[in-house]
Amino acid sequence: MSSKLRILVPVKRVIDYAVKPRVKSDRTGVETSGVKHSLNPFDELSIEEAVRLRERKQPVEDILAVSAGPAKCADTLRTAMAMGADRSIHVDVPEDKPLEPLGVAKLLKAIAEKEQSNLIILGKQAIDDDAGQTGQMLAGLLNWPQATQASKVSIDNDTVTVEREVDGGVETLRAKLPMVITTDLRLNEPRYASLPNIMKAKKKKLEKKTLGDYGVDATSRLKTVKVEEPPVRQGGGKVEDVDGMISKLKELGAL
Amino acid sequence: MLSLAGQSAIRAVRAQSTPRGLLFQFQSSSIARLLSTLAILEQRDGKLNSGSLGAVTAGEKLGGSVHGFVAGKSAKTVAQEASKIKGLEKIIAVENEAYDRGLPENWAPLLVENIKKGGYTHVIAAHSAFGKSLLPRVAALLDVQQISDVMSIEGEDTFVRPIYAGNAILTVQSTDPTKLLTVRQTSFAPAETEGGSASVEDGVDTKAESSTEWISENLTKSDRPELASAEKVVSGGRGLKSKEEFDRLMPPLADALGAAIGASRAAVDSGFADNSLQVGQTGKNVAPQLYLAVGISGAIQHLAGMKDSKVIACINKDPDAPIFQVADVGLVGDLFEKVPELTDKLKSQ
Repeated sequence: MSSKLRILVPVKRVIDYAVKPRVKSDRTGVETSGVKHSLNPFDELSIEEAVRLRERKQPVEDILAVSAGPAKCADTLRTAMAMGADRSIHVDVPEDKPLEPLGVAKLLKAIAEKEQSNLIILGKQAIDDDAGQTGQMLAGLLNWPQATQASKVSIDNDTVTVEREVDGGVETLRAKLPMVITTDLRLNEPRYASLPNIMKAKKKKLEKKTLGDYGVDATSRLKTVKVEEPPVRQGGGKVEDVDGMISKLKELGAL
Repeated sequence: MLSLAGQSAIRAVRAQSTPRGLLFQFQSSSIARLLSTLAILEQRDGKLNSGSLGAVTAGEKLGGSVHGFVAGKSAKTVAQEASKIKGLEKIIAVENEAYDRGLPENWAPLLVENIKKGGYTHVIAAHSAFGKSLLPRVAALLDVQQISDVMSIEGEDTFVRPIYAGNAILTVQSTDPTKLLTVRQTSFAPAETEGGSASVEDGVDTKAESSTEWISENLTKSDRPELASAEKVVSGGRGLKSKEEFDRLMPPLADALGAAIGASRAAVDSGFADNSLQVGQTGKNVAPQLYLAVGISGAIQHLAGMKDSKVIACINKDPDAPIFQVADVGLVGDLFEKVPELTDKLKSQ
């Protein structure tokens, strides 16, 4: 029996990947105000994959984008909808109290259950905290199968086959829906949202919710002691030719 | 091999916060005997994976007892091998073919039961594909906020890790009763595989079924050193222009140096090199003695994966490429001329 796909795509608003983050002088974190933000690159891949499943004539009933964070997350969700998500939910979380992956996973579990999702596609990591945990935690909490770092997804009725990136190559896994998948960069090439689609996205439904609506307690388990600049590496200057390179490398003990 | 950048960062921090440092030393001596760590050891076809032995080294840094955990068809054989690892007191072994493929669906309940039974305060796995896929699932089942890619251990609850592709270094303190960590392989050298004499004990087999079925794998075969642990790495980028040129220029250079081959994301995306060779925030972290970047501009995401290398060298035709800002030795020039010349001169030495 073939299941209708109800896809949940969690997305995160992060500092744009091309921006070099600056550590705050009081060492409490990274400067985020006045800095360009965008959709986490791995989450773009998740939305793209969900939209492509529909385009490949899979029975996709719903693509729901979800983001938890401050008011500006609504922009991120509009982008997701312009790329093809049907609707979205914004869970309001104050900027100064961001959720940890465990809190996000608990929230997503509640949403997935309420929305009767049967396929959740997440990015493999957010490029700000680089934790790489939420998808696996969510799969654990739901007791669903998981396939992380997916580079290829194919669905046949309710059987999902995933090629995933592992150390040294790829491996192929198979599981039944419902399932959690996290995306690797090789999965697809996300589309740009066209202007007409951006306009259409403004009319799509964006629900506002709070953590309380889902009964989620997301108290932080980790305390930030400090955030620092990494030690600066000094470029050692240039050499004239290949011989110069070889002798400098010898001098440095690298050859 | 220890991460030099991480080390110096810690040293700088310690110098600035002596009272805290002293406090920690005091604490650690009084609680060390209460700490107990479970280090997850990876195996493949009955052989220990040395990349996972950094977990033992990290466990030893914490003080207290360190136990190793192995599971799979030939767990007993692996446990015998693992019992010689220096620093391990005991090996917990679960012999069951079901765990051979490292599927998180049956591994997670298995670990949860063995962690509870052993009353461990710390559980450590390598930040490998296996560790990254498994440990967060375990953490969720234990209701713990895991800490990923730890590059330094500052105390029994305080850990240092990179965020924002290594552009910031975060020190966090965990309030969870059990600390779950994945540790950066380039920051914790593998424990020595000789000189130990751990006892071997059967672990609890939860016999949970995996809801995922392992179908097949396709691993890149190579006689060259493994990228993540190689002493030398030569890495190619978009400047190589095509897969043909990548295959023509990079392997001879790697062979002349006895190096592993890596690639930038641009080279992988353009199909010049396999994804498993990617170095950077979303690929592998390397910290070799020598990292030679060829035709790589040095984007933030790439630097994240290699800037802890001891010596960085680069060949690039653009003198303003960001890679020159971190390279100890930079050569401005056309890589299609310079790489063959370098390869020949290295060979004739």
